[in-house]
Amino acid sequence: MKNIYSEKLVSWYFLSPILFIHFFVIALPSILSLALCFTDWNGFGKIQFIGFQNFTELFDDRVFKIAVWHNFIWTIFFLTVPIAIALLGAFILTGVKRFQLVYRFIFFFPYILASVVNCLIWKYLFHPKHGLHTFFEDLGINFFQNSLLTQKETSLLAVGFVDAWHFWGFLVVIYITAMYQVDDTLYEAAEIEGASKWQKFRYVTFPSIRPMFVFSILIIMIWSVPAFDYVYILTGGGPAYSSEVLANYLHFQAFRNMNVGYASAIGALMFIYVFIITGIFGLLRRLEWEF
Amino acid sequence: MIANPRLRKLPIANHVILTILALSIVLPIAILFFNSIKPRAEIGLNPLGFPNEIRFENYYDAFVKANYADVFLNSFILVAGTLLVCIPLSGLAAFSLAILKSGKKLTATVGLYLLVGLSIPAQLYILPLFILWKFLHLNNSFIGLIIIYSALNAPFAVFLIRSYMVQLPAELFEAARVEGANNFQLFLKIAVPLSWPVFLTSSLVVGLAVWNEFLFAVTFIYDDSIKPISTILFSFSDRYKNDYTLVSASAVMMALPMVILFILFQRNFIVGLTSGSMKS
Repeated sequence: MKNIYSEKLVSWYFLSPILFIHFFVIALPSILSLALCFTDWNGFGKIQFIGFQNFTELFDDRVFKIAVWHNFIWTIFFLTVPIAIALLGAFILTGVKRFQLVYRFIFFFPYILASVVNCLIWKYLFHPKHGLHTFFEDLGINFFQNSLLTQKETSLLAVGFVDAWHFWGFLVVIYITAMYQVDDTLYEAAEIEGASKWQKFRYVTFPSIRPMFVFSILIIMIWSVPAFDYVYILTGGGPAYSSEVLANYLHFQAFRNMNVGYASAIGALMFIYVFIITGIFGLLRRLEWEF
Repeated sequence: MIANPRLRKLPIANHVILTILALSIVLPIAILFFNSIKPRAEIGLNPLGFPNEIRFENYYDAFVKANYADVFLNSFILVAGTLLVCIPLSGLAAFSLAILKSGKKLTATVGLYLLVGLSIPAQLYILPLFILWKFLHLNNSFIGLIIIYSALNAPFAVFLIRSYMVQLPAELFEAARVEGANNFQLFLKIAVPLSWPVFLTSSLVVGLAVWNEFLFAVTFIYDDSIKPISTILFSFSDRYKNDYTLVSASAVMMALPMVILFILFQRNFIVGLTSGSMKS
């Protein structure tokens, strides 16, 4: 009995240093935040408990509602465009022998570049004076006449595009890993049946990679909520809140306005959303729902 | 000659699509590089093409103007410090979960705790963390940010290293235990030397994450003298926004160390970055 006890204690000795750090950086502040969202604290001075007032104010806050809507659009955009391109890229790549590694290297490349660098690349390309416009102007296309980042109608999707441009290669790699685990005899059978490329994808490839596909949907839904870097660097949420998202708005409320309670309330709502999404996916998995 | 002409044409169509996709990535990056070696006057005349005149001095100018010698050192301290704290401690934790008979319950609980930690959006805790760090005088300092980065990357590192260590043969550890080795010796003399590939992979991925990190860097460091490269490049690009040659050169300089590492350790990066996220 005593022996088991000491074994257990030893396990804790090894675990505790990193758990200690992790607790102080992530767990403790998260708990504090969940408590502070019921107060009107401004970072110093007295902390006053105000119940759900922050939340009722949030639901009347025009900018907050805009940000929620934009995060929704952002999520839908990432669930469609990058996934479609990555599926296409990965499916074609598995059928290609020559240069396959070169393509994979290229597709993945922007994922290792810093957000600041990727943003600089595209800020330049969107610039009307010397960016893509100078090239497309000669072809008679005026789409890039004004920077897509500085127009109200396009700023959000332009930022999303830059983020997706750096991200989709990541999806290619995880899809390709899954596609290589597909049993070759299935393709041979499809070949004998005379299946077209699309049919092979639809009836052989896609069902086999479905777990990975569901996984990619999960991480996109989770990662779309705290999306920050690209918005902050490219537009700062503007012009006129046209690219404002929750993370950027929270950052503004927290570090410009020092509205600790209000910002914590936004954070709490983001956390609840992520919690619900992971909960749903976890539940589906537990119910052994066919992915 | 070939019965079905579609079979012959398809590979070409495939390569066309792949080439278009590849160009959409290569060209923007190439343009950044071209601009970094152009004379400033050429930007207006030749904004997208290969430079007519090559001017490598842009790199020197940017290096001096952005004070990159110090900035690189700042980023290097952050990367090295995080690796020194995060990787050994994560290795210890992974060893405990993988090798020590810590019981299924403990492993599951710790795993769940780290998973929940991974899925919490940083925005939830960044502000209380900032206040806490201010109170402890840890904000605006390397050590404060190193602790944060270590915590942020710990779940990834623990999961990745653990997934490698569970595959090590248990007999090795039992034999050493019979010889009288204690747990720490098992870790240092057997587990670490045998799992060095996963230590390399996790160090590369964590190093990359720290080098590129923006949100915590911009929030927690506000003295220019200790800012890392990501936030310096951000403010530099704003200050010199009319001189694209300088901005491009400094962006290339920021990317270069990671690009070289990526070329050398491509497999480690791809496996680490993708499997790391799949563990969750």
